[in-house]
Amino acid sequence: MSGYYLDHLQYLETEAIHVMREVAAEFERPALLFSGGKDSICLLRLAEKAFRPSEIPMPFLNIDTGHHFPELNEFRDRRAKELRGKLIVRTVEEALAKGIAVQAPGQVSRNHLQIPTLLAAIEEFRFDCCIGGARRDEEKARAKERFFSFRDSFGQWDPKNQRPEIWNLYNARLNPGENMRVFPLSNWTEMDVWEYIRKENLEVPNIYFSHPRRCVRRQGQWLPLNDLVPPKPGEQVEDLVVRVRTIGDIISTGCVESPANTIDDIIAETSVARVTERGSRADDKASEAAMEDRKKAGYF
Amino acid sequence: MSIPVHHPVDLLRFNTCGSVDDGKSTLIGRLLYDSKSLMDDQVEALERSADLTGGGQINLANLTDGLRAEREQGITIDVAYRYFATPRRKFIIADTPGHIQYTRNMVTGASTANLSVVLVDARLGIIEQSRRHSCIASLLRIPHLVVAINKMDLVDYSEERFLEIRDQFEEFLPRLSLKDVKCIPVSALNGDNVVEPSARMPWYSGPTLLGHLEDVHIGSDWNLRALRLPVQWVNRPNNPSDPLLHDFRGLSGQMAGGVLKVGQPVMVLPSGFRSVVKEILTPEGRVSEAFAPQSVTIVLEHDIDVSRGDMIVDPEILPGCGRDLHAKICWLHPRPLQPGKKFLLKHTTQTVQAAVTAIEHRINITNLAPESGASELAMNDIGEIRLTASSPVVFDGYAANRLTGSFILIEPGTNATLAAGMFHHPTEVARPEYRDFSI
Ligand SMILES: Nc1nc2c(ncn2[C@@H]2O[C@H](COP(=O)(O)OP(=O)(O)O)[C@@H](O)[C@H]2O)c(=O)[nH]1
Repeated sequence: MSGYYLDHLQYLETEAIHVMREVAAEFERPALLFSGGKDSICLLRLAEKAFRPSEIPMPFLNIDTGHHFPELNEFRDRRAKELRGKLIVRTVEEALAKGIAVQAPGQVSRNHLQIPTLLAAIEEFRFDCCIGGARRDEEKARAKERFFSFRDSFGQWDPKNQRPEIWNLYNARLNPGENMRVFPLSNWTEMDVWEYIRKENLEVPNIYFSHPRRCVRRQGQWLPLNDLVPPKPGEQVEDLVVRVRTIGDIISTGCVESPANTIDDIIAETSVARVTERGSRADDKASEAAMEDRKKAGYF
Repeated sequence: MSIPVHHPVDLLRFNTCGSVDDGKSTLIGRLLYDSKSLMDDQVEALERSADLTGGGQINLANLTDGLRAEREQGITIDVAYRYFATPRRKFIIADTPGHIQYTRNMVTGASTANLSVVLVDARLGIIEQSRRHSCIASLLRIPHLVVAINKMDLVDYSEERFLEIRDQFEEFLPRLSLKDVKCIPVSALNGDNVVEPSARMPWYSGPTLLGHLEDVHIGSDWNLRALRLPVQWVNRPNNPSDPLLHDFRGLSGQMAGGVLKVGQPVMVLPSGFRSVVKEILTPEGRVSEAFAPQSVTIVLEHDIDVSRGDMIVDPEILPGCGRDLHAKICWLHPRPLQPGKKFLLKHTTQTVQAAVTAIEHRINITNLAPESGASELAMNDIGEIRLTASSPVVFDGYAANRLTGSFILIEPGTNATLAAGMFHHPTEVARPEYRDFSI
């Protein structure tokens, strides 16, 4: 046959664009979740491609836990401006102050507080759909996630009650108060994301690249040392040359020792990596079912 | 650090099916494990759960068991997707479990597959379930089928037994519309012929399962003959800063069939307006030619009325178009289908109302024979039905094009997805209202 075939990145791209356009056509008030992390950087490029020469016809939404890496927020704000997009940021801080989110006594992590904060933002702006950058290869509980993931009026995900997805026909219908999460990158792997970033020559926050950082050893990983993560007595603290593979909160994102300075280096490193990227996030380690529980409660 | 020299060039989607205990989870686990697609923390988690529940034995099947509910019940309940890559190809596995909800799950998992792997227990041979899985693969027009004859270790790696089972399958084959079938003897537990060739079956000279998955030709799985572009979204820039874009009117969608060229005459259905392709944008930029399944935005020479749900086609190869529709469906919902009910029918980018006017018969999915006298279709049933739509549907027979030939039925009110449907070949091609009208 002729040259009429798509390589794997082109196939994933065409599929993701189809999904994004379906969102633009079927929903009245969609939003695109943009954190500045590598997956949402790909999402943004796909949205540009899906809708050009028009501008991306939906606002960007980010839930800021207050524990973000400062580098990430700086990048997020700059990219949104470059794309002339409308960026909406809602903070856990604010949600705590308003009583929308409540912190359990003694708990430092704000990961789970993203949930009520996100749900409140959805209500505030009456979003009917949020596009997110989650991938099925990230974690077991995600492996069954749909492209169009239905949430009831409490924002909950019911793994037993998902709509079957057949061919490329997505059932996007909702009743008032219900909500859809849509994941155009469902079929992408960590490697695909990096290869796409390389192919499209996309800028990523500098913490993905190797940099010197003071880290503390905790539960088998190196956590970035900062005011929120003071070393406990007896803990090992070291100055290392590290990078991050996946960006969560600054208190739970493990750093890996790495000399990777370019996207090519990262790709080479990813191809020989022996640990999944989520293996470097403390929030997922707690229990094997941790992700599943958070998803049921309305996590992305 | 060196950059990997070889990049996977294309992507193969496959699904695996078998009855409970045929060894499906073990086989997938083996594929991932032996192709070195597992990470240390996954192996570690495997080992951890082996100590807790498995008496210390690593259980490859645990790798693919996802949700807690499943772990509690000890079964998988839905379709799960797995990813792995070799230097040759990237793979997406749709893991569809084998229990009561089976047909529903398999239809879901297999609808996008290039290839199906049907697992057969070598001790049992071709049983009713194996026939069922092959029939569904055939109904869904999955281009390639692999019959993996598993647990060869339990039949002493016997060539005779393998040939016996292969013959059983071939007897059944003429009933199916499967073009490419391959039988491979494997032992998922021990790894024979999964990734590595088996020293214990020197009589088998064919490829290993992975070898076949890497080699099978998928380049012609898309219909490149007849142009089909369902219009998904009309692209009109809002207050563009570039004055050249003021009058821009693009038609966006994913090519469902054929090749599209600048300068090519096209017809818009159902209206029948004709025009010529002026510009094509793909993710790669402006091009002179695009093909299925690319997502494109095109501009036509004439400013004609086109909206979401319309289809742009080759005027020389017209699809069917009509309100009276004939189709096979797989019923997915616990509440059975009764004739007379009204639904929403989503087909390509169009959603219309449709009433099921008749259930013609149920299809026996172990031999594809029609069973007449069906008054309803229950969950997991496949049947032939007649529908009447509220407005014309532009479609192809599913056998000609999986994308323009498929649809889903949605229940108004609950919005549940109730059925997966496949249109029969149209009896009449589109006869557009304005057939000879071109601007
Ligand atoms: N002897 C033997 N046992 C196997 C083989 N493949 C799977 N099994 C066993 O068959 C049982 C069912 O396997 P499993 O993968 O859970 O089946 P599934 O229900 O199809 O996913 C398990 O005890 C496996 O260890 C094989 O090739 N040889």
